Amino acid sequence: MSGHSSYAPSNGFTRWLDARLPIVRLMHDSAVSYPVPRNLNYFWTFGGILTFMLVAQIVTGVILVMHYTPNAELAFNSVEHIMRDVNYGWLLRYLHANGASMFFLAVYIHIFRGLYYGSYKAPREILWILGVIIFVLMMAAAFMGYVLPWGQMSFWGATVITNLLGALPIVGDTILSLLWGGYSVDNPTLNRFFSLHYLIPFMIAGVVVLHIWALHHVGQNNPTGVEVKDVRKDTLPFTPYATIKDVFAMVCFMVVFAWFVFYTPNFLGHADNYQRANPAVTPAHIVPEWYFLPFYAILRAIPSKLGGVLCMFGAIAILAFLPWLDTSRVKSMNYRPVARVFFWVFVADAVLLGWLGAKPAEGGYIIVARIATFYYFAYFGILLVLGLFETPKKMPASIADSVLKQKAGAPMMASAAAAAPQTKG
Amino acid sequence: MATTTAEPTRRDFLYIATGAVAAVGTAAVIWPLVSSMLPDAATIAAGAPVDFDLAPVAEGQIATLFWRGKLIFVRNRTQKEIDEARNVNIDTLIDPETDQARVKDGHAKWLIVFGNCTHLGCVPLGHQGDYGGWFCPCHGSQYDTSGRVRVGPAPLNLPVPPYAFLSDTKIRIG
Amino acid sequence: MSMNKILAAALIAATSFATASFAAEGTPEPPGQKWSFSGPFGTFDRAQLQRGFKVYREVCATCHAMTLLSFRNLSEPGGPQFTASQVKALAAEYRIATTDDNGQPTERPGLAADRFPAIFPNEKAARATNGGALPPDMSLLAKARTYERGFPRFIFDIFTQYQEQAPDYIVALLTGYEEAPAGVTLQPGQYYNKYMPGHLIAMRPPLENDRVEYPKDSSGKLVAPQTVEQYAKDVTAFLVWAAEPHMEARKALGLKVLIFLVVFAGLLYFTKKRIWSKLPDGAHA
Repeated sequence: MSGHSSYAPSNGFTRWLDARLPIVRLMHDSAVSYPVPRNLNYFWTFGGILTFMLVAQIVTGVILVMHYTPNAELAFNSVEHIMRDVNYGWLLRYLHANGASMFFLAVYIHIFRGLYYGSYKAPREILWILGVIIFVLMMAAAFMGYVLPWGQMSFWGATVITNLLGALPIVGDTILSLLWGGYSVDNPTLNRFFSLHYLIPFMIAGVVVLHIWALHHVGQNNPTGVEVKDVRKDTLPFTPYATIKDVFAMVCFMVVFAWFVFYTPNFLGHADNYQRANPAVTPAHIVPEWYFLPFYAILRAIPSKLGGVLCMFGAIAILAFLPWLDTSRVKSMNYRPVARVFFWVFVADAVLLGWLGAKPAEGGYIIVARIATFYYFAYFGILLVLGLFETPKKMPASIADSVLKQKAGAPMMASAAAAAPQTKG
Repeated sequence: MATTTAEPTRRDFLYIATGAVAAVGTAAVIWPLVSSMLPDAATIAAGAPVDFDLAPVAEGQIATLFWRGKLIFVRNRTQKEIDEARNVNIDTLIDPETDQARVKDGHAKWLIVFGNCTHLGCVPLGHQGDYGGWFCPCHGSQYDTSGRVRVGPAPLNLPVPPYAFLSDTKIRIG
Repeated sequence: MSMNKILAAALIAATSFATASFAAEGTPEPPGQKWSFSGPFGTFDRAQLQRGFKVYREVCATCHAMTLLSFRNLSEPGGPQFTASQVKALAAEYRIATTDDNGQPTERPGLAADRFPAIFPNEKAARATNGGALPPDMSLLAKARTYERGFPRFIFDIFTQYQEQAPDYIVALLTGYEEAPAGVTLQPGQYYNKYMPGHLIAMRPPLENDRVEYPKDSSGKLVAPQTVEQYAKDVTAFLVWAAEPHMEARKALGLKVLIFLVVFAGLLYFTKKRIWSKLPDGAHA
């Protein structure tokens, strides 16, 4: 979508600057005149919401660090110092802790949007893979951040998860030593996790720049999956059309965020983490944060430790190969009546895995978790095979066509309509 | 071009040598960075194997020590306690394991186990409970004289740390 | 549609598992109490917090420390709001370890700025005095205990803002001592409590009727009954405040923030509609 720049410096200074560093031109081209498909629905606002969340996490995090002490003896009390003594410290900490959850909530919606509308397909493979990399970095940042308060769940979560890597043959023990800096999770572990927790968000910001670059190079996908054919008819300038819509969605998202922060700030956390870390006492149920639960369920569904670890990482890694696993040339599930059913079962499956991850790994739960894990991986195989046989529904000739048809009152999306609020545009 | 690929020239050697020196330099810089993350000297010193003198532990007594920050019980078992531990139908146990597998051959009276309950890590009390082994005051788990769990909620036997007999009265843990 | 059926089946399966797991726990669920501080507009009952502090001080503080709390907190807004002079006098009753001019350990009277001192010098000493059990620090107790809510209630809790699992549990525990049923043998120093996971607890029943003297109003009537139930509720309310001293400020600010955001979102919505009503190519959106 990168084309001719429409930026025209308006005065002497901007002309002078443009000849030396065309930074205003870059911003104009990517955030003002950048053409966006005119039929985007509200699921396309989550990119903006995620950018906002990244900035919010970095800002609250940088300020929290001014009051936090990364030392096994002092960390827990320094967090309580933030909660009790620092002006608005409780607000900063609850914003940061719940912000992590909101970040993941938004990223999961963003990912499922991409899965539904086939946003990973050519020419957006690199864009998608960069997204998977951001997701992995987010998980690393969140995991290490959760260790910092040095509560019981911090400590035992770190112990359980780092011990998983010990299952890797040959290199396992060396990796454990490097992670722990000792014989178990202890002060050196806390210190290095703190260092990395501060570093990773800036790595994420870097990959986000690449992600947006790739996006602006190939242009946005849209609910029809039909590529832009006529920029004049099919697209609108980013500003003001997408900007105002993104900001509206962002503020709506903030309502949800604020609800958690101010009214149920500990709903998404664990009571055990308000107990100081104690290497001699394990909590009754060691459970990770909710956004890790589906992967935790996959880990525990596999009877062998190494197999579980491989499946857990495989569940994330397989996403990177999705552009080549899905053989259908039709992008949007709106026009794939059969694949769409499997997609919604996949969504339900992921939610079910999340719920199972919070349950003890025993009896019926294990059996259900195995079935759910099987379907999680089978979904990618189904997409591989289905693309070769499925007869897609008739697709609109262009984005403009689909907008006009919708205007005439023909319902475009069958089952997704309720979940995907369409704009009137 | 064809002539340069046909036989190595002095210029090729220069490129390879420069590249190799750069690679060695890079590796030499990286190593201290990685090495600094491995357990440091103080941690290693504190985690070295420890020797423990069994002589002062009278028959029937339980001694405790710490190794790598973990509590360890050293129990000098009476013949009655050993017999009790061995006259058990293994199949009835929560975590089936023979007493013989939990002690060293020829040193049946010495039981050495980690001292944290496998349920929630509380420290069980010795010589208590229905099996005369340990009783956990927190949630009522009971262990027998072999440190095996007999009454839940604990799921596992008290684990045996790595150790060896240096002499009849001295062990090295670790 | 078949997909809906599958979703429904998954939900039904999920619900039945939730029920099954709860029954299997074997510990009854703590009954829900009415709390003045629950919900979006909840505030603490100052008189209750003051009574609760009295119960803490005269009963719990024998074994349970509260080291994250400072004396000054007791007079700060949103808490029991004792007067500054009351707090000063209270702090002076405590002895705080310090060193004298010769570097020798000594003690001085507490100041309002001091934290509540520890009760035992260290964990080993605490265990030794309490038959091997460790009385937990109470500063965060009212956030550090919970019970499983199960599906689907944990979803409703987001909207009802139910988050009083810990206080409900603490009240249940304090009032849940019973004779051990037949078949349960108690070791010395153990007690049977209906609500304790595993039922065995090393804390002897701490409360009994009339153990703590409550203030009387001008007509000489007690402001609250001197019963175990009332003591338990009062001290629990105090613990909730101690664990989250800024709760009132948080909920009050939350209301303002939410009103602001909803108004802002409304304005943005209509602005967005206005902008989208005029498209550059003249077409109607």
